[in-house]
Amino acid sequence: MSVMTKGKVTDVKELKHIAKKIRLHILHMLTKSGSGHTGGSLSAVDVAVAIYFSKMSFDPKDPSWKDRDRFILSKGHAAPLLYAIMAEAGYFPMDVIDNLRKVESPLQGHPCCTSLPGVEVSTGSLGQGLSVANGIALGLRLDKNPARVFCVMGDGEIQEGQIWEAAMTAAHYKIDNLCAVVDNNGLQIDGPVQKVMGIAPIHDKWAAFGWHVIGIDGHNMEKILNALAEAESIKGKPTVIIANTTKGKGVSFFEDKVEYHGITPTPEEYERAVKEIHNG
Amino acid sequence: MGERAASNVGAHRDAPGKEEKKAKATRDEYGDTLLELGKKRSDIVVLDADLSGSTKTAKFAKAFPDRFFNMGIAEQDMVGTAAGLSLTGKVPFASTFAVFETGRAWDQIRLTVCYSNTNVKLVATHSGITVGEDGASHQALEDIALMRALPNMTVIVPADSAETASVINAVADFKGPVYVRLGRAKVPYVMPDDYKFRIGKAFAFKIGKDVNLIAAGIMVAIAKKAADILSNDGIDTGVINMSTIKPLDGETLLKAARNSKLIVTAEEHSVIGGLGGAVCEFLAENHPVPVKRIGINDTFGCSGNPDELLKIHGLTAEDIVKTVKGALK
Repeated sequence: MSVMTKGKVTDVKELKHIAKKIRLHILHMLTKSGSGHTGGSLSAVDVAVAIYFSKMSFDPKDPSWKDRDRFILSKGHAAPLLYAIMAEAGYFPMDVIDNLRKVESPLQGHPCCTSLPGVEVSTGSLGQGLSVANGIALGLRLDKNPARVFCVMGDGEIQEGQIWEAAMTAAHYKIDNLCAVVDNNGLQIDGPVQKVMGIAPIHDKWAAFGWHVIGIDGHNMEKILNALAEAESIKGKPTVIIANTTKGKGVSFFEDKVEYHGITPTPEEYERAVKEIHNG
Repeated sequence: MGERAASNVGAHRDAPGKEEKKAKATRDEYGDTLLELGKKRSDIVVLDADLSGSTKTAKFAKAFPDRFFNMGIAEQDMVGTAAGLSLTGKVPFASTFAVFETGRAWDQIRLTVCYSNTNVKLVATHSGITVGEDGASHQALEDIALMRALPNMTVIVPADSAETASVINAVADFKGPVYVRLGRAKVPYVMPDDYKFRIGKAFAFKIGKDVNLIAAGIMVAIAKKAADILSNDGIDTGVINMSTIKPLDGETLLKAARNSKLIVTAEEHSVIGGLGGAVCEFLAENHPVPVKRIGINDTFGCSGNPDELLKIHGLTAEDIVKTVKGALK
């Protein structure tokens, strides 16, 4: 595959089709590995697919191409999502996803940039991706490089104090070549986010930190595309998309279930899940 | 943070002379060297966490405002942002006090600098007890241990300002994570005029037949003074500046251990996990010999002027002499 140019896939139907394939890849690799994070990988699929396939320029054959747009998965536990997208985009052969979490696999439990070219920075310890995204955005600006930076965070993740340090930085330095996304699926390991440690009102918090805030249904592809276009048009301040999502989205018996944060489908559940996604 | 006239560590007992006049704080040299690097290289960027006046990055900030990022009092974000800048080909120098740089942002250094193997230069000032009056909260005595434990990290502690200039230039050319430990107080020049720092290469002023003093940072000048006293007393004493603590120069260390009866390490850091720890680990596995570690003995510092604190913590030339004589008895 040659360089993917901006707006390569703009057809909503096609993007939805890609999202379906990505969900199937995620379920396949998680079932095969027997460990990993199911719920939070599935919740962010639609947003991540829209970013990668409709917005980003990149070259899977030259992962360090200097003009590429950057994607930072700050919620590193959704690694299967990133790997599924990268495989689908042609960064590596699809059968590599069978090695998720295996010894010496480039597909580490959480993304590792030194073992998998195309991963911009290693993540997994939460709250750190936005700072790195800011740094990349500032570096690109110094070089007058028009490339853009995307950063996907979890809603539980924004309990980390460093996120708010980085939120200040992005507004202070008027970083507008950055679009952040909060995958607002409402659940974290110990339960509902609002019960574990309330983060509401999310919109007001980001707005108070100087961000342009867009709230959308994070599973509505048209709305995601509109939000990404709006983010690109906002100048002089950073934009965050609060994507309201469902944890485990796409598989009815995983949806909104706290327990599917960190466990994987059984072979039987996998068969049922695949059927649901094909029919969905 | 008051900017008082810093005392002249390790040189105060000398009669006024060449050494005292030539003393300069390593942080001052850092500020000057960074400014020169900035003129030569447009890829150099600098970050600070609201201490640019003290770390001396303010000189770079004034000359190159577009390439300087004050991150406010937010060390974790500073480290992550530095990692991001490095991913666009910039060579970021991120500075604050050693205690905040290494302690406050350790997990950030671990994940986005070391595990990600990004080209970030962490240059911390105000290390050790010679921070002085600000007291224990501001005196990093564990930073070498924290940084040394991280894979991919290079750890460097320059002995004087001339070496600091050499170190900063070397790390700017080196690809990979580096931690450089600098101080607040003035230190006398100890390295020979023709000395040039190389990462991973220790400098032996002399290899002694009785004892070799392995020192880093401000303790190099103090160890040299101790060596003079010991030599006058007929004890053949060598001094080695182990400015790169990781990777340790095992070759020079082995030479010193094979040629003498005793190794004494001297550092302005906890005896746990720093230079003394590194030397013991290496020698225990490769050439076990008696070792004494001079450093901070598993305690916090306190307020006071730097020279008083060096005395209280047993880091003077006289303390080294006593330790050597006691061990050689």
